[in-house]
Amino acid sequence: MSPVQRTTTLMKGNEALAEAALRSDMDAYFGYPITPQSEILEYLIIHGPKRGSVVLQAESEVAAINMVYGAAGAGARVMISSSSPGISLMQEGLSYIASAQIPCLVVNVQRGGPGLGTIQPAQGDYFQATKGGGHGDYRLIVLAPSSVQEMADFVPEGFRLAEKYRNPVMILSDGALGQMMESVQLPEQGSLPKSIPAWATRGKPENRERNIITSLFIDPERMEQVNIELQKKYAAVQSEARAELDRTKDAEIVLVAFGLAARICQKVVDIARERGKSVGLFRPITLYPFPTDILSRTADHAEHFLVVEMNAGQMVEDVRLAVNGRRSVDFTGRMGGIIPTPEEILQKIESLTVSTTDQALQGMP
Amino acid sequence: MTPKERINGYQLVYHRPDTLTDNPTHYCPGCSHGVVHRVMMEVVKEMGIQDRTVGVAPVGCAVFAYNYMNVDMQEAAHGRATAVATGIKRVLPDRYVFTYQGDGDLAAIGTSETIHTVNRGENILIVFINNGVYGMTGGQMAPTTLLGMKTTTSPMGRDVVTMGHPLDITPLIAQLPGALFVTRHSVHTPAAVRKLKKALRLAFEYQPLNKGTCFVEVVSNCPSGWKMTPREANAWMEKNMFTAYPPGDVKLPPPGLN
Repeated sequence: MSPVQRTTTLMKGNEALAEAALRSDMDAYFGYPITPQSEILEYLIIHGPKRGSVVLQAESEVAAINMVYGAAGAGARVMISSSSPGISLMQEGLSYIASAQIPCLVVNVQRGGPGLGTIQPAQGDYFQATKGGGHGDYRLIVLAPSSVQEMADFVPEGFRLAEKYRNPVMILSDGALGQMMESVQLPEQGSLPKSIPAWATRGKPENRERNIITSLFIDPERMEQVNIELQKKYAAVQSEARAELDRTKDAEIVLVAFGLAARICQKVVDIARERGKSVGLFRPITLYPFPTDILSRTADHAEHFLVVEMNAGQMVEDVRLAVNGRRSVDFTGRMGGIIPTPEEILQKIESLTVSTTDQALQGMP
Repeated sequence: MTPKERINGYQLVYHRPDTLTDNPTHYCPGCSHGVVHRVMMEVVKEMGIQDRTVGVAPVGCAVFAYNYMNVDMQEAAHGRATAVATGIKRVLPDRYVFTYQGDGDLAAIGTSETIHTVNRGENILIVFINNGVYGMTGGQMAPTTLLGMKTTTSPMGRDVVTMGHPLDITPLIAQLPGALFVTRHSVHTPAAVRKLKKALRLAFEYQPLNKGTCFVEVVSNCPSGWKMTPREANAWMEKNMFTAYPPGDVKLPPPGLN
């Protein structure tokens, strides 16, 4: 068989993601308008129903996530999207979905916060996405795209991981990646296999026990068992940790950044290298599981780490845990919807090299 | 001696349908839930739709409804049952989908979902159990608590100035164009039970017609929450609850629908 030729098209991140969902045979999408992700709902309402996908604008994000619970609990492949304040409203539902072990794909096209915030891109929802978000001990699998191509690629990958682990998966994007246009190769229609899970509530035939989708386990012994099952699953999920390493092998300073911040840091590495500085970039692709081991190995040779985020410093905590005191870890970031420029990151690198030289001088007799 | 052994040698004329499980219910003596569960599952059995029925349980006393109803079920978050049912019905449009919700769930925390689900005319059945009190949490004030009625959070009686009016949501639901059949019943007498069963049968039968939402309210008692014996509770319900929430059809489908 000849390899299938994939055509390249120019698309917005949000629309590429929506088209990728239809090509991944998504059965249903539930959404609610919020900037900067409304194009997903708008694209799907035009193209979804005629291609066999249920597309419904709910009365709220709260209703939408519970529609996801129902539809995915009935065995459908389901996606939902929103932006930061809307994702906050879904946290209760996500806790129930994680507890009931229902697979689904959640997209957060982040904007600046806290509160109603701003509609400009930010990464302030890292803690919420990776540490649980709602009540109880649970985790989402979190994928962080840094290009329009990955906005598309992570949709079938997200569905695959969700169905493999019976766990909600989040694509943690941001307003810039959602709004910007880039060339993209979309996944082939039907490339993601689909089957109806045995646990789905679709009507009880005579020859099987009734299926129940629930997160209620009133007996504490049973509730603890459910928690143990979940923790075993999260332990297994650690094998999915992924990161992209760019010129880290010989780097003295390694930048650590995800999503849009990583995109900016690629440019920073280019410029720094032109200026004769050995700088590299470590980009976590999965934020949960965090690529701790890969980062720890990078710390075997890199001297300094500089974490760059579009928030007040959230992922930096996971970087510090991975580096575990063996190397210095610094942070620089902008907040509230401001995108850092390569130049200000370069200045931070400059101050790091200066201060480490100072430290070296202070250590001399 | 088990109940089964005790009845050995007798000819059983009144069976438990296999659409109900063997599990003893956790409901209080005199509570309406058990009767409503049974009547609903009798209808599912008689229509032969057990393999095409998916139910949604609420948060409240009926939170364990899936322990008793022998059909595929999902347990929803508080107030979100009709959103969950919407999700199920939209991906499985040929199934019979129902929710089973109390007054706190449906008419307080879930008011938005209730109204919008019916307004979209989702082809589901909503069963609404209204006893004017939060039973599961120990008898707090509900949106449907009557004026002057004492609960643990209205210890001097519900007062309109600080606590607002009882919410009669059923006529509101009936106003929505998406509502096909809206009716109000009770299960305090054998005749009332038979009437409810007829209404539930109709509501299930309407579902494949895809003409809109069926909404069946059951005005109920709560002997534990009301601090009354079951008999007193039924008498109090007839005298007071029926005045505020009178049984009867509120909205009928257009004539000739079948």
